[in-house]
Order: sequence, then C-alpha cells, then structure tokens
Amino acid sequence: MATNVIMPQMGESIAEGTVTKWLKKVGDRVERDEPLFEISTDKVDAEIPSPSAGVLTKIFVGENQTVAVNAIVAEIDGEGSGTAAGGPEPVRPSVTTPPSASPAPTLSADSTPAIAPPSPVPAPDGDTRPTSPAAALAPAAPQAPSETQAAHEHGAAEIGGNGHKIRSSPLVRRIAKENRVDLRAVKGSGLGGRISKKDILAYIGAGPSRPPAPMAPQSAAQAASATTQAWPQQMPASQPAPLKAPAPAAWTGPTQVVPMTPMRKQIAEHMILSRRTSAHVTTVFEVEMTRVYETRAQNAAEFERRNGQKLTFTPFFVRAAVEAIKQYPIFNASVDGDSVIYKRDVNIGIAVALETGLIVPVVKRADEKNFLGVARAVTDLAERARTKRLNFDEVQGGTFTITNPGVFGSLFGTPIINQPQVAILGVGVIEKRAVVRNDAIAIRPMAYLALSFDHRVIDGAMADQFMVKVKTGLENWSEAVL
Amino acid sequence: MGVLTHLEAIRQGIWEEMERDPSVFLIGEDIGVYGGAFKVTQGMLEKFGADRVIDTPISESAIVGAAVGAALMGMRPVVEMQFMDFIACGFDQIVNMAAKIHYRWGPAVPIVIRGPSGAGVHGGPYHSQSNEMWFVHTPGLKVVVPATAYDAKGLIKASIRDNNPVIFYEHKFLYRRIKDEIPADDYIVPLGKARVAREGADISVITYGAMVWTALEAADELEKDNISLEVIDLRSLLPYDEEAVLASVRKCNKVILLHEDTRIGGFAGELAAVIAEKAFDDLDGPIVRVTSPDTPVPFSPPLEEYFLPNAKKVAEAARKLAEY
Repeated sequence: MATNVIMPQMGESIAEGTVTKWLKKVGDRVERDEPLFEISTDKVDAEIPSPSAGVLTKIFVGENQTVAVNAIVAEIDGEGSGTAAGGPEPVRPSVTTPPSASPAPTLSADSTPAIAPPSPVPAPDGDTRPTSPAAALAPAAPQAPSETQAAHEHGAAEIGGNGHKIRSSPLVRRIAKENRVDLRAVKGSGLGGRISKKDILAYIGAGPSRPPAPMAPQSAAQAASATTQAWPQQMPASQPAPLKAPAPAAWTGPTQVVPMTPMRKQIAEHMILSRRTSAHVTTVFEVEMTRVYETRAQNAAEFERRNGQKLTFTPFFVRAAVEAIKQYPIFNASVDGDSVIYKRDVNIGIAVALETGLIVPVVKRADEKNFLGVARAVTDLAERARTKRLNFDEVQGGTFTITNPGVFGSLFGTPIINQPQVAILGVGVIEKRAVVRNDAIAIRPMAYLALSFDHRVIDGAMADQFMVKVKTGLENWSEAVL
Repeated sequence: MGVLTHLEAIRQGIWEEMERDPSVFLIGEDIGVYGGAFKVTQGMLEKFGADRVIDTPISESAIVGAAVGAALMGMRPVVEMQFMDFIACGFDQIVNMAAKIHYRWGPAVPIVIRGPSGAGVHGGPYHSQSNEMWFVHTPGLKVVVPATAYDAKGLIKASIRDNNPVIFYEHKFLYRRIKDEIPADDYIVPLGKARVAREGADISVITYGAMVWTALEAADELEKDNISLEVIDLRSLLPYDEEAVLASVRKCNKVILLHEDTRIGGFAGELAAVIAEKAFDDLDGPIVRVTSPDTPVPFSPPLEEYFLPNAKKVAEAARKLAEY
C-alpha cells in the first residue's frame, strides 16, 4: 500500500506549513518514525517523522513551498506493495488517521465505495499476496477533502491563508513583486475573489497604515479604500500623503536577491504587527548584580554537580520578574478591544537567538516553580530551541517575555513587545563598573535592565514600580538556588 | 475640400494620385463606362481617358497578371475587385507573383488591389467576406483596412505611392455611411501606423475597419456602466503597429480583440499571441476575442445580424472582462 504523507497540523490556529527541507530523496528507503522532512509554520519548526516504512516514491511539495495543513506532501510505498505495480495512478486515500470512532466497515469484495476510482485497478496476475478487502477498499478518511487534493495537485500554486489558491493575474503578481506585497493579504473583488489591478493598487495606495498581512485580510481592502477616499477631505493639497511609504530608491549596483525564510517572514510580520499594535515605551534601570553574582559564584560548582547543568543568570531574572508580576499583574495581561485580559498563569517566554532567526520558548507556570524548576526549564528549552526540537505547545501561551541582548555585549536594548503581551524585559550585559557607594567610587557588577511596555494599559509610574520590584529582588537576592 | 463620404474620399484620393503621377492607371471590371459597381471610379474615364481607365473581361487572374506586368514595366496600376470575394480568382497572381517577385529577383511591384469587402448589407456569402487574413499571411504584401473617410483617402494615396503590392480593403458598409471633413492639402496616412480612435482607461479594444465604429458605439454605451474603453484602430494589418497595440495593453491591462472576420485564424489570434508573448506581465485578465463565428456569412438578414459582432456583443464582453 502506498501511504500519503501529509502536512501535519501543528496547533489549532495553524492553517499552513512550509516544507523547509527534505531529509530523504525520492527512491530513498525510510523507516517508520524516521525523520523525513522539516517544516516551518507560524509557531514552530519541526522535524516530521515518516508515518510508515517503505520507499519514498513521490515528493509533491518541494522545499520552501507552503501548503495547507493536511495537504499531501509525499507518498511512501510500503514493502511488497502491489498497489503501485498494477495501475497507472494509485488512488491516494488519506490514511493518516483511519476512522477510529467506529470499527472499520467490512466490505465485501464486490461492493465498491463511492469514492473508488471508476475502473478499479486490478491486482496483477499471479499476485498471491493475501489482501484484506477491507484494507484495500477502505474508504478515505473523512478529513480527506478534495481541497487538499487540489492543493497538492497544483503543487507550487500560491495557497492563501484559507487554503485556497490565490486568484490574481500576471499584472497583479508583477505589481505585488515590485511592491513586496504578500497577495494573501489583499482582498480580491473580481470574479471568484480574484485580485484585480484595482484591488492591489488600492491596497498599495493605503501604505503602511494597512493592517499587517496575516492579521486582517478582510479589512485590508476596506481600510485601503476608506483611506484613499478620505484623504482629499482631510489633508491640504500641499501636504504629502503621510501614509504613503516612500518608494525604495532604485539600487543600480550589483545585488543578490535572497528570499526570506519562512521564519524570517514570520518574525518580520510579528515585529511590524507589534509596533503597530502597542504604544511602546522603554524604561531603563541600572541594577547592581553583586548579590546575584556572589550567589552564582558560590553555588555554581555544586549546582552543576547536583543538576548536571550550568548555573546561568537567566533563572535569576525570570524569578525576579515573576515576583514583580505577582505584585503587578497588569504585566501578565493582554489587550482585547476595550478590555484587559488578566491571566492567572505566569508563562515566561525566553527569547533564544538561532543562527537563522529567533524563537521564544515558554516556561509554563513559572510562578509555581522554585529557582531550580525555573533553571531546569530554561536550560532544557534553550537547548531544544537551538536543536529545533521544541514541541508546538512549548512556543505557545507566553504571558511575559525576557530577552537577553547582554549575551552579545549590549548595554541595553529597547525590545519590541511579543504580542499579545504588554511588556518585555531586556537584560543588558553584566559587567563591573565604577559606581558611587557612600560617596566613594566602588567597583560593582552592574547591568542595565530595559522594560518595554504598552502605554495603552501601563503608565510610566506603574512600569517603574515594577522595575523597582525587579531591581530590589535582584539586588537583595535571598532565595536558595540549589 | 468639405465633408466627403468614405467612398468619395477614396475616389478623391485615387483622382489626385492620377493627376499627380502619369504612371498611375486603373484596371478592372466595369470601372470605366459604368464607373464601377459602387461608383468609386465614376468620371475617371472621361477625365483620364481609356488608356488610364481600362475596362476588362471578367477574369481577375488576367487583371492582376496584367497589373503585375505593367508594374514591372514601371507603371503603378490600381486594380479594382468588384467585390473582394472575387480576389480568390486572382490569388495565384497575387501570392505567387506580386508578393514574391521582389524577393526572387529584385524589382518592385507597386500595385494596389482595392475593392469592397465586409458584410452588413445583406450581400450573402459571395459578396460579404472579410478575407484579409489570406493576404496578411502572405509575406511580401501589405494589407490596409481604413475605418474613417479621412484615413481612407490618406491610406489609398500612401498605398498608391508605396512600392510594394498593397491589398486595400474598403468596407462597403462604410462607403456612404461615414463622412469626414477632408482637408484641402495633399496628405497621406502612413501605412503600418495605428490610431487611438478613443482614449480610455479600463479595457483596450483593438480593432480595424468597420468594427472601429462598433467599438466606439460600445464605448459610448459602457460610459453608463463606468467602464472606460480605449479603441485602437489598426488601419494597417500588414505591417501592423505592434507598438501601439502593446502600449494600449500596458495602459489598460485588459484587452478585447474585435474583428468582423471569422474567429479561427483571424487577426485577433495573432494579436493575442503577441500580447501574451510581450505583455504577459501587464495583463489583468484574459485576452478576449469578439469575432464572427466560423461560418460563411449567412444570406438571411436575421442570421447575418446574429453572425456579425455588434456594439451589444462588445459591451457584454467588456462588462464580463471588467468584472474579472
């Protein structure tokens, strides 16, 4: 039997995934659960294991192609398969999730399910391999939609956010390319939702005020037309339209054009989205790290002996932030329209730099963990982030984020809030500096901590009180770390 | 010189060239005493004499053959086909002689073969054809199809002065229906140059001959729907103004190709190919053809009406394309 390999659903909100790398070639043998290909989705990069053992016979989705979830990406032919040998094109039932709720229907050999091909592929003569009629004629699993089939047959066709092929025209695609527009964000007004010249020009005309691509494609065109209609009344004629993005200056020198990786595109989208969503303000505090420094120095060897991992600074900052959040729960909130959503769990995201980008695994329920629990979680997540072995749910559900530009020597940064959170703490480099203590110059390990917060819901006084709490916690560190 | 009909403008153009150049002469059936079936050559026998206005027997092959011979001897014959349908009888002389002589051994063959073509006057299958593509597909010829009276005069004069064999299609439906103010000056309209008959923004209609007027009528009608048609009058089909075609496609991004000729192998097919090759990235919708169906021109007037493209059909196609 040939087995279809599908684009897995990596979380509820994920509609599509990009095949980033094939680990096997057509013709290669593959074992069940052996890594077959790598994907990148909105939320997570993952290695996908083979659903069955056999020979990889067909790859339908090439590297860097994006397809809808459940689209068939490849086909594996099992050992001793008679299916492919007989007919020109085997039917491709979706076999990944056989119906389990009810027992598989038993079909007599001569009863043909509706979805069977008009002329069933005859078994080759002399094939004595016992075949179970039920298996051979098993109806397609209910979730094998024709849409998926169509998507995979189109191969490289652009697939919209809803899984449908984007309908446009050569002109529209040219304009999109020239203006770096993601057509998935443009609402089409033509026949069957086709994006026409009018649609894309209206979209571009709206400039940077338009909602970011993946968020609200529905409203993009509306906002665009509203904008273009509103300008003449609102703006004096002499004013340049401020919403219009400046045309990129044509660069005539030699260049190399490199398409963004899916992760890069997602980071770009998320960053711009955040800048547009939140009213960013950054406040910077200087923190003396003597207590933390000493605590770490005194316990480093024993910690490593007991726990098999190094004692790093990160858990200190996580613990200090968690304690501050407990006192000021607004920092663990998000904004939904006119409401503020306070979350019970404190889930701290830790930004981890990768060679190719950035990922933010989450320490779940950090408020329920002691120092050791936090330290273990941080080390484990960071390690698996770097080796791309995070599970989907481990990059979900953060309520507050800590980033550490200090590891690269930065004094402090002004981090961008990780939406839909309302604050992010940036930790600068810890280094010895000359400071004034009791009117004398002293040498102390110091660090700048920068907090970017969303001024829509957090005012400066509140942010600074939060930071005082973090600062106090670190400067007067008293918690046992072992 | 006042307002002239399409027919009078052609007649005046020929007349002026006869006066201007003694090597120009006319040859055809019933063009002298009778003044031509449609009276294009009326009065010319009296004015220029029987040596320069020659009535012939009914033999198109002989007429064209004689004209080719005369052209080789330095004359500039203007041949009338009583109906362009009958040009088929002179086909060999045109495509194998006139079109190829210059390529085979050098000399020019400056002949013009002109006559009425097209349907809309209930002429039936033998007197209504638009057979221009027979000659558009023959390298060595030029093919000219005027729409306005002004162009008809300017183009017939340019054709007579041209050193290549020119097939000149006059649409009989336009003969007495289309009038223009004709300037007193001696002017020509260069071959191979199109004209923007109407500026527009949304859809470019590329057409020629009588269909220019159909397109303009559709454009008027579509104003109500807020659809702006640009109408390009090709004026010549061989050579044709590729630059003007592409410029209009690049401007409007949607295109309708319109002709009275039947569909398969019509000029629209050639234009569609060139647009797809050279302006693919400028297309915002499919290339749409509006043509006659692939049948002979029907004899029955209601069927003929059904057969011919009209403003309604163009407007319908344009509305669909605008929505696309």
